[in-house]
Amino acid sequence: MSTPIIALIVLALGAISFLVGRTRASALQPAMGQRLHSRPNYHGAHMFLWVVIPAMIFLVAWSFVAPQFVNRTVLEAPAARQLPPPGIDRDAVLREISGLADGSVEASFNPAAEQLVPVYKTAVQHYAVIGCIIALLLAIAGAGFAVTRLKWQFRARNRVEQVVMVGLIGASLIAIFTTFGIVVSLLFESLLFFKKVSPFEFLFGLEWSPQTALRADQVGSSGAFGAVPLFWGTIFIGAIIAMIVAVPLGLMCAIYLTQYAKPRLRAWIKPALEMLAGVPTVVYGYFAALTVAPAIRNFAASVGIPGASSESALAAGVVMGVMIIPFVSSMADDSLAAVPQSMRDGSLALGATPSETIRRVLVPAALPGVVGGVLLAVSRAIGETMIVVMAAGLAANLTLNPFASVTTVTTQIVQLLTGDQEFDSAKTLAAFALGLTLLIVTLILNIIALRVVKKYREAYE
Amino acid sequence: MSDIALEGGPNMPAGSKERTAAAAVWTSETMRRRVASRYAAERRFRGIGLFAVLLSGGFLAFLLITMAYKGLGGFTQTEIRLPVDFASISAGVTPEALSGAKGDEAMATLDLETLVNDAAKAQFGEEGQSLLSEGAWLSLRSALQADPSLINQKTELWVPASEDIDRAAKGDSDPAIQRQLAALKAQDRVKTGFSTIFLSSSDSTDPTVVGIWGAFKGTLLTMLITAILAFPVGMLAAVYLEEYAPRNRWTDLIEVSINNLAAVPSIIFGLLGLAVFLNFFNMPRSAPIVGGLTLALMTMPVIVIAGRNAIKAVPPSIRDAALAMGASRVQVVFHHVLPLAMPGILTGAIIGMARALGETAPLIMIGMRAFISSPPSGFTEPATVLPVQIFLWSDEVSQGFVEKTSAAIVVLLLFLMTMNATAIYFRNRFERRW
Repeated sequence: MSTPIIALIVLALGAISFLVGRTRASALQPAMGQRLHSRPNYHGAHMFLWVVIPAMIFLVAWSFVAPQFVNRTVLEAPAARQLPPPGIDRDAVLREISGLADGSVEASFNPAAEQLVPVYKTAVQHYAVIGCIIALLLAIAGAGFAVTRLKWQFRARNRVEQVVMVGLIGASLIAIFTTFGIVVSLLFESLLFFKKVSPFEFLFGLEWSPQTALRADQVGSSGAFGAVPLFWGTIFIGAIIAMIVAVPLGLMCAIYLTQYAKPRLRAWIKPALEMLAGVPTVVYGYFAALTVAPAIRNFAASVGIPGASSESALAAGVVMGVMIIPFVSSMADDSLAAVPQSMRDGSLALGATPSETIRRVLVPAALPGVVGGVLLAVSRAIGETMIVVMAAGLAANLTLNPFASVTTVTTQIVQLLTGDQEFDSAKTLAAFALGLTLLIVTLILNIIALRVVKKYREAYE
Repeated sequence: MSDIALEGGPNMPAGSKERTAAAAVWTSETMRRRVASRYAAERRFRGIGLFAVLLSGGFLAFLLITMAYKGLGGFTQTEIRLPVDFASISAGVTPEALSGAKGDEAMATLDLETLVNDAAKAQFGEEGQSLLSEGAWLSLRSALQADPSLINQKTELWVPASEDIDRAAKGDSDPAIQRQLAALKAQDRVKTGFSTIFLSSSDSTDPTVVGIWGAFKGTLLTMLITAILAFPVGMLAAVYLEEYAPRNRWTDLIEVSINNLAAVPSIIFGLLGLAVFLNFFNMPRSAPIVGGLTLALMTMPVIVIAGRNAIKAVPPSIRDAALAMGASRVQVVFHHVLPLAMPGILTGAIIGMARALGETAPLIMIGMRAFISSPPSGFTEPATVLPVQIFLWSDEVSQGFVEKTSAAIVVLLLFLMTMNATAIYFRNRFERRW
């Protein structure tokens, strides 16, 4: 019997005990002057929790423990004597056995594995039955305990609410665990990487060619991990080209929509811009690679610009800029809306035209908010992956030519982690070091941006 | 301004001379020109604004039209009517054997590929084989699965044409292929029409028989996991932070983590999934459960932030009224605040899910880019999802994949637009302004 089925049975038992608890609580007839402290539903819920929680905790723990027991039984079997000593080899054989048993592995590589499959199967069955029995016993014991507590003065509601609060706190803590997981996993792998490559070389080296040598005597494949070309490519595409497209367009869109557009037009344009924001990045990437990049290359070739590549920085940057427009527009929208109406009225009353008011009063007043929005947009653009993976190149060039191919941090992370992976090679670990750099930079940008926006909001409140 | 100056005149005789002089300056030729140029600047500025809006809208329209135009061809497929004689290869396999429990094994004994090739040669000459798709035998197989009695018969079936024929039928003009197509047309053995192959089959190396069903099913499984995990956790965290959390260092830490997580690039979540779920917990590679977990961690902060805003929008008077009636603090939230905030939370959840649905990079990191030729049957089976499938097809050299990729994009966009439209509907229909 598999764990999900046992879990379902436990839940069914819980539902039954809920009904039992509720009926018994309603059937209680306290004496005069006494009344049920909690409503019957809470008594039912209390029963339910006592049935489900201990059994579920056990099942989760058991699903981690049971495989250990199964492995021990398998290794104690007579046929297991020929197995290699504990280590990677033996783990491989054990994995093969479990693969053979559930049918995901067709034929065994190790002859001993074939013999051990029946042992494995009986052991799995054995421990599954044990787990099932213990879980059901726990559920029944929980129900029994909860029934004894069922009295008119019992504070079932307070108990249930305590459990609810624990659940709420647990849900909130998941965010901390995730942050912790991200930081620890990136730091751990990056430290392994920095043992092989010095952080100084990584941060300031000008040469990036992560291929490690297949043979010791191979020429030019020692692997160089100087990430400056990647940083430049990322900044060039995400912070320069994309922003040249996105900031003027986004700002003007926001100005037109908030200051000039009639409500009916706004009702149509705003959802359209939101839709532009909702298009998946892989679609933008395909669009960039299929339509924009060839057009830009043909243009560059016809004008005679040297070094034009079909994977130009310009194609990726322009499409990324288009992707960011709605974001910049909505940030600018918010900051323009936060400028006090009195400033606008004052300017108009002095005889300034609306455009003069916007250019001389509104935009300067909203500037900190706009700058904050642009910083957030930059942090988004440099973390963007699919557009650059599909439309930017892989060549790590340090160039100012927008028609040439450059590569970015995210492109290289994808490149390093796809294909054959060995988890301890410098090549794979480099991806985590790049990820850590990316994380730190985006977080710093975000913190600065939020500070700027907050300060500016306070100035007008 | 000149009006004010004139009105002010009689009341203040001392300055009246200067004021009329000033009025003259205001109506002078230079001033009129200056005002005209200011109004022109106004119109220009306004024009630039309109231009920016139209350009942005134009990008969207261009993108959608390009994809739709290229993608429409992907839903159609040229097919060729081929006479096949199943009886010639049946070798004792009976209809009962095919429909029985061991039908798949019986099917495996039939050499359908040779049958297709021979039939093509017999009908269209030595070159006949090149007219048909390499996956043409798959149509024979599904025809047999649908109707096992065909095994003893001679029949005519529509099978997918080769990529060249398909492209010729859709307007590509290679003269040799066009001649072949004309010959087929003369025999009335070819048609191009809406084909269910694209919606019902999975990935393949041959663009004439690829489909999105496998990727679509993978997407559904992954999204199911994401929704089950991210929605309750996000909603409960939002409730805790907005309603119960005491103002202390721990709460600040939780808030800072949630705000930071919302800003972390998605590829970092992929690295997290790779390092934690795959390497630490040894979960299966490419499986929807790992993809769902990774996307759930990514979506959760979005739902928390939307949820907090929705809960904040419920006025305190509701809480005070419930408390005054003797409700406990948990009852206040779960009986009154949460139902009122639910439309806002749902809107946020749908928008977060739509974002997760289009997400590609983290799933590539955890290995959901493998070549999967059959739809996944469970949460731990290797699978791929629609955006990753689009990414994989975009890398294919074969020209036939261009229209298939665009068609997959059309499906993905339709799906996303439905989700976003639902979110907007929810927002407009149920959200209350207090």
